Amino acid sequence: MKRYNIRIAGVGGQGVVTSAHILGNAMSAAGKYATLVPFFGSEKRMAPVEAYVRVSDQPIYEVGEVVYPNVIMIYHPQVITHGKSYTMPFYSGLKEGGIVIINTDVDIIPPEDWQVLRELNTKVYMFPATKLALELAGTELATNMAMIGLFFGITRLVGFEHIEQAVRERFLGNTFVASGGTTALDSAIEKKFKKKMELLEKNMQVIREAFKIAEERGWVEEEAYTS
Amino acid sequence: MPEQRVVDADYLLLEAPRERKFITGAQAMAEAVKRANVDIAIAYPITPQSEVMHLVGDIWAQGYLKDYYRAEEEYGAMSAIAGAVRGGARAFSATSGPGLLRGLEAIASWPGHRIPAVLGVLTRVVNAPLSIQPDNVEIAYLLHCGMVVLHAENQQDVFDFTLAGFVISEKVDVYIPVAVCTEGFFVTHAKGYVSMTPEDMKLPPRDPYKAPVPPTDCEIPPARIQRDAPVQKSNFMSYLIHAVWQQEVWSSNIRAMKYIYKYLGGPIEVVNPDAEVFIVASGCAAAQGREAVRYAQLEGLNVGLVKVKSIRPFPEKEIREVLKKAKAVIVPEHNIVGWLAKEVKAAIPDNDKVIGGPRVYGGMTLPVELIMEKVYSALGIKKEKKVVV
Repeated sequence: MKRYNIRIAGVGGQGVVTSAHILGNAMSAAGKYATLVPFFGSEKRMAPVEAYVRVSDQPIYEVGEVVYPNVIMIYHPQVITHGKSYTMPFYSGLKEGGIVIINTDVDIIPPEDWQVLRELNTKVYMFPATKLALELAGTELATNMAMIGLFFGITRLVGFEHIEQAVRERFLGNTFVASGGTTALDSAIEKKFKKKMELLEKNMQVIREAFKIAEERGWVEEEAYTS
Repeated sequence: MPEQRVVDADYLLLEAPRERKFITGAQAMAEAVKRANVDIAIAYPITPQSEVMHLVGDIWAQGYLKDYYRAEEEYGAMSAIAGAVRGGARAFSATSGPGLLRGLEAIASWPGHRIPAVLGVLTRVVNAPLSIQPDNVEIAYLLHCGMVVLHAENQQDVFDFTLAGFVISEKVDVYIPVAVCTEGFFVTHAKGYVSMTPEDMKLPPRDPYKAPVPPTDCEIPPARIQRDAPVQKSNFMSYLIHAVWQQEVWSSNIRAMKYIYKYLGGPIEVVNPDAEVFIVASGCAAAQGREAVRYAQLEGLNVGLVKVKSIRPFPEKEIREVLKKAKAVIVPEHNIVGWLAKEVKAAIPDNDKVIGGPRVYGGMTLPVELIMEKVYSALGIKKEKKVVV
């Protein structure tokens, strides 16, 4: 059985909670299970944000924040370098043999933290998610997509089509229905729809690339963590 | 709003087809109210609250309830519920934490007034210091009122307990209120799968004459009790009247047990009945306990769960039977006082095997790992603690 208790730490504006929803919806699209808990606080841009997601191929009963994660995803390097986090240090509560995915292009983990992570037998994946987002989607707003792509690329919990379905739901929702209104309205909706479709495609490109990176670098998990 | 047809209560609770929806605990409670043919809901929107009374307001606006109003405050809300029910209506209210305590004097008089009603208790901390986080210490205050107290683990329980609550509460040999408690945030604000009966079916309306104490009849208790109240006399008869009345309330409470068996599958649920170590838990601590059983299984440890659905009446006999051969009993709770651990200790003879805890409070999460620590120590397993906190 695969079971991941994930803590996502990032800063306001990065789509931490949005990507937690997409993670959950992708699991649901694949007929599996997920629960998510956002941190209740007054979030704002660049202030710490945390979200917790539990994913499994079996029903999940547990509730509340994930205090002892086996996956930690760091969306912004400042979580570590500036301590922009509700949970300090960033690995607090991490279980043995867990996974840490960090969005960074250089090693930002201090030596003493490295020592702890090694003792815990942690698999650390450093990965330039924002760089990838800028290159492929032309916006750093797609950082969260890169992170999701890498997570699923490593864990292979769901197929690519399930991620696509979840992202599509998030961007298009069910707001676009065949309109019986005026032509002007139709064209306005169409324009907006086209823009959204472009956005969706760019996001999917980022996810596809992150998925590929996990494979190329040999990060795909053989046997998943079991509790 | 769809046209609702009245169906037999037993059919609705036990046989009607069900459809699975992914909804919050607050929605689950409102959905149950929608199907319960409720006449009136009264509430005071105190902070903290859950969304329940807001959602019940919505369904009133859609026509599912005949009346809904905002009371002047919690004491007023709970007193008005008593008035509405004595007048023959089926009534519902919900409250949380400090609001429950403010309304408690009125609530504690409901059983004595023989008020069949359902009260949602969506637990939050009791101040001070000021906070709005989940903590279920308030349930401790309800345990000696005489009312039936059910504790829901998840969104499905919230729906089932609330809908069945109206039926149990109005049984002639029960006829006391039912509190449906669950944890704020963890259950009320979180989504889960709920199998629900069809939206176009509802319970039969309340029949106020099918009662041990018909409404508005001034010659029969409790109206008679109010007119010639024991307080007016100080003699043996007045003591006796009150004593007998209290006995009757608690007997009614015990008589609710057979309906808890009938409609809720019994007051407890047992997972792995042959376990060496048992976790006894109620509310969302039971969900954490379920996960602990799974963790233990992965590690080859023989751990079981007793989920307590009914806190009043308390299933003493049932719990005593299950725990007879247990080596240790762990009682995790979302409060500091450990009210459930005390109940369990009082129910079994060899209660030195009861480990009261882990306990979290003030809004904290109850990690499964904390329960596992107790499991290890009960089994004499020494673990090197590697997790950094």
